[in-house]
Amino acid sequence: MGGRTVIAYHRAQSLAEALGLLAEHPDRITPLAGGQSLLPALRAGRTTAATLLDIGHLAELRHLEDRGDTIAIGAATRHHELAGSELLAARAPALRAAAAAIADPQVRHMGTIGGSLANADPAADLAVAGLALDAQAVIEGPRGRRTAGLDALRLEAGELVVEVLVPVPSGAWSYQKFSRNALDWAIVGVVAVMSDPGGPARVALSGMGPAVVRAPAVEEALARGLGAHAAAELADDGTTPPSDPRADPDYRRHLARVLVRRALEEIGVPA
Amino acid sequence: MTSPPGRTTLTVRAVVNGARAAADVEAGTTLLDYLRDALGLKAANSGCDTTSCGACTVLLDGRSVKSCTVLAAQADGRDVVTAEGLATGDELHPVQRCFRQHHAVQCGYCSPGMVMAAVSLLREHPGLSEEQAREGLRGNLCRCTGYHNIIRAVLAAGQEGGA
Repeated sequence: MGGRTVIAYHRAQSLAEALGLLAEHPDRITPLAGGQSLLPALRAGRTTAATLLDIGHLAELRHLEDRGDTIAIGAATRHHELAGSELLAARAPALRAAAAAIADPQVRHMGTIGGSLANADPAADLAVAGLALDAQAVIEGPRGRRTAGLDALRLEAGELVVEVLVPVPSGAWSYQKFSRNALDWAIVGVVAVMSDPGGPARVALSGMGPAVVRAPAVEEALARGLGAHAAAELADDGTTPPSDPRADPDYRRHLARVLVRRALEEIGVPA
Repeated sequence: MTSPPGRTTLTVRAVVNGARAAADVEAGTTLLDYLRDALGLKAANSGCDTTSCGACTVLLDGRSVKSCTVLAAQADGRDVVTAEGLATGDELHPVQRCFRQHHAVQCGYCSPGMVMAAVSLLREHPGLSEEQAREGLRGNLCRCTGYHNIIRAVLAAGQEGGA
């Protein structure tokens, strides 16, 4: 792996073993699920790892279950499994669409939802959709079990995302992803959902800060009765969009306003 | 403090193109290097080495993956198919035959990965549409053909029902 780091590999035999090892060696073990973010980062020298703990095959992390008002998704569920899920298509279609929008089929065959959320890229498809849906990540670690929203997902050493809980049904939805080409990360992405026609909307943005973020000014404007055009003008309120080779902050702000307007129109908010 | 478990070198055993294979590799070795350097299977190519171009695409348990972005260790105990494993004797796989018939090749560097991506895609979407073919091959770059003949070949293979 680049010749820089001597890497050791261990395939966990159970979730309990993996959690035990992470608790015992929190700074020396890096969990490996699908590896579609971690392995390129290691090979490019953007991160280091001493021991890779492979959890990608653990049956305890591979479920996709309807629990009535929640869909529970095991952390090692592959993106292609989410993209092909009839359960998600029926009850959380925004998440299914986000999974189908990730990279390419090869990456979707390996990459996992837990790995994507733990990686916490601000442009990530599943994170922005999950945030709009108010999904919670279930995290296990040396100090026990906790849940976290997807805009506040910061893993401590030794912690592992084990499950994602998605409230359902999610109602009307829209995912607007703007990227340079099919393979690229979103420059800006917007997911809007509305459980009941005319009811409160949740709007989440990717690419507009150090993590995926909600757009509270838009949500409040809609609650006050503003239309899609007026509410969308507030899309970048309070955001801190980055400058990178893909786009500068002003362009991202413009994209956020345009994409939020399109998303609101698609979920049925009057102009 | 005890050391974490884990091996810096390990024996990776997999079923590759229908036959049992085993080789000792360093833990950080990619599936691509395992196939090319340890097993001598040179069909899968190293193009970008950054998960972008798809020239290294192989099947892992029947589904396309970029073998530059999978550890050999992750493939231990699993089923791997490279372009060398597609034909039956002298008889080309239907996707290979359609690539040949439609001249979906120029320099050929992307072709093994393109064919493997197409095989996986056709298994998931038999009789796919042109849009599905273009979408499904977006992880594979070709710098010569302009893609038109590749798409024609994949659609033809789909119409034959062959993958």
